[in-house]
Amino acid sequence: MSPLLLILIFIVSTVVGYMIIKNVPSLLHTPLMSGMNALSGITVLGALTATAFALGTGSKILGYIAIVLAMINVAGGFTVTSKMLKMFKHKEVDNK
Amino acid sequence: MSDILFYLLCGLLSVLVLVGISMMSKVEKAVKGNFLSTIAMAGAILLTLVYYDIISVTSLWIFMAIGLILGVIWGFKIKMIEMPQVVALLNGFGGIASALAATVIMIEPEQQNQDQLMFILVTASLALVVGVVTFTGSMIAAGKLQKVISQKPVIWKNHQWITGISLVLSILSIVMVAIDTKFLPISIIIGWVMGGFFGVAFTIRVGGADMPITISLLNSLSGVAGSIAGMASNNPLTVAIGGIVGASGLLLTQIMCRSMNRHLLDILLGKTTSTGHSKGVAVEASTVVTASDSEEDIVSDLASIIKSAKRVIIVPGYGMALAQAQHLVSQLSDSLEQNGALLDFAIHPVAGRMPGHMNVLLAEANISYEKLREMDDINPEFPNCDLAIVIGANDVINPAANTAEGTPIYGMPVLDVDKAKHIVICNFDLKPGYAGVDNPLYKMRNVTMKLGDAKDTVKELIDMLR
Repeated sequence: MSPLLLILIFIVSTVVGYMIIKNVPSLLHTPLMSGMNALSGITVLGALTATAFALGTGSKILGYIAIVLAMINVAGGFTVTSKMLKMFKHKEVDNK
Repeated sequence: MSDILFYLLCGLLSVLVLVGISMMSKVEKAVKGNFLSTIAMAGAILLTLVYYDIISVTSLWIFMAIGLILGVIWGFKIKMIEMPQVVALLNGFGGIASALAATVIMIEPEQQNQDQLMFILVTASLALVVGVVTFTGSMIAAGKLQKVISQKPVIWKNHQWITGISLVLSILSIVMVAIDTKFLPISIIIGWVMGGFFGVAFTIRVGGADMPITISLLNSLSGVAGSIAGMASNNPLTVAIGGIVGASGLLLTQIMCRSMNRHLLDILLGKTTSTGHSKGVAVEASTVVTASDSEEDIVSDLASIIKSAKRVIIVPGYGMALAQAQHLVSQLSDSLEQNGALLDFAIHPVAGRMPGHMNVLLAEANISYEKLREMDDINPEFPNCDLAIVIGANDVINPAANTAEGTPIYGMPVLDVDKAKHIVICNFDLKPGYAGVDNPLYKMRNVTMKLGDAKDTVKELIDMLR
């Protein structure tokens, strides 16, 4: 993909993301942030391709570390977000 | 898989993520939204493995599984009070993963598309620097929040210079790559060392109370690092999702800055608000309590006020969380409601140590989220409120923010607690808050101060209702 297009994707996604996230109430800002944390683990895609095509043992090892850390980021982020969101509930519905 | 199909699926998955996030604007749909994002992420990984034809590489699966298992176990163990440092740690992991992926690309440039080599290497070195800055910055932030290192701003000799030079050298490492690929090895080293150093230098001088802003900023950086690493690895999906994360972090940073009345630059340059505070204000406040009627009178008075209050607003602050009093506060709210009071919680945007932290802590204590009201929403209701109960909050209820020009908090949006008919303040002591401005509320006639551990004072309030 051409560099220009990639930069364009970056700009568009940033602007669209900003507009959508603006609607999230401050009530949910902590889960929003941990969810974003999980998403930032998307860098695992880059780590996967770079590692798969790496030749040297050294760079492969670096790549493996990157994969593990990025996956901790993804899995930990999503787990904690869902755990948190499940705590938000109506008392009325819950107790009676 | 054809390129067109790949790009189409990338677009689809990005839209899925956006839908998932937009579902987080309503509590009822948020769990599903998070699930949708999870599915999209799994889809993204699968798509990448298929498109690059590396789905059969076993080692990749093994290391993904290791990370996955560790992440899930960790996620289940986390306590809600620890969320700020957990988010900081996760930001750091994302950052260093991006930096490592970028390093792998820079170590073996011959494996890359030679037509776009310059773009790939420059973006890779940029991702490396941003990723490393995010990593070390997040580690310091997490350390401060976990109290492993001092929460106070640490300022070195010539701090400004040191920070500046490390930043310039980090940028230089990127420029060197653009000049000639033979500089690659040295650029990698400079990027790691100087970027890492810069991350430490800029977070070490941020004070504990400015952490919500710092974490938001690091959150943004982790997304940006991922996005740039996506450019280097030519993956549009990583670019898009990284960009979304970057935008989210930036938005939260702005919100936090506005509600704390701080400029981002001041925080990064290590200017603490407390520097401007006038001396001697703290002393006066201590005379207030002793001057009032005898202890017993206050107690019986307060008990009748609490019992007769029909409209009550509770204002929780970080002091409540520190005292671990949220479950008692939940009990107090139950007792008040059983007593016939209409009750809400007023949540200031910066209550807690990260955006929205207080809401999570109260939700964990089984308080219905509909009672958790935002500042702008609840402020008009204070004049009709019989009783406001403040638990461990100071600066965010300080009416001086509206009137005392020249103080650090002047202009900061606060909760209009002073408009309530009666106010109970359960704070640990009479010291001014982080901003160092004396709180005139403490001297008002309709205010009852209950000093000490919030666990004890809240319990006393509950007992009064029995």
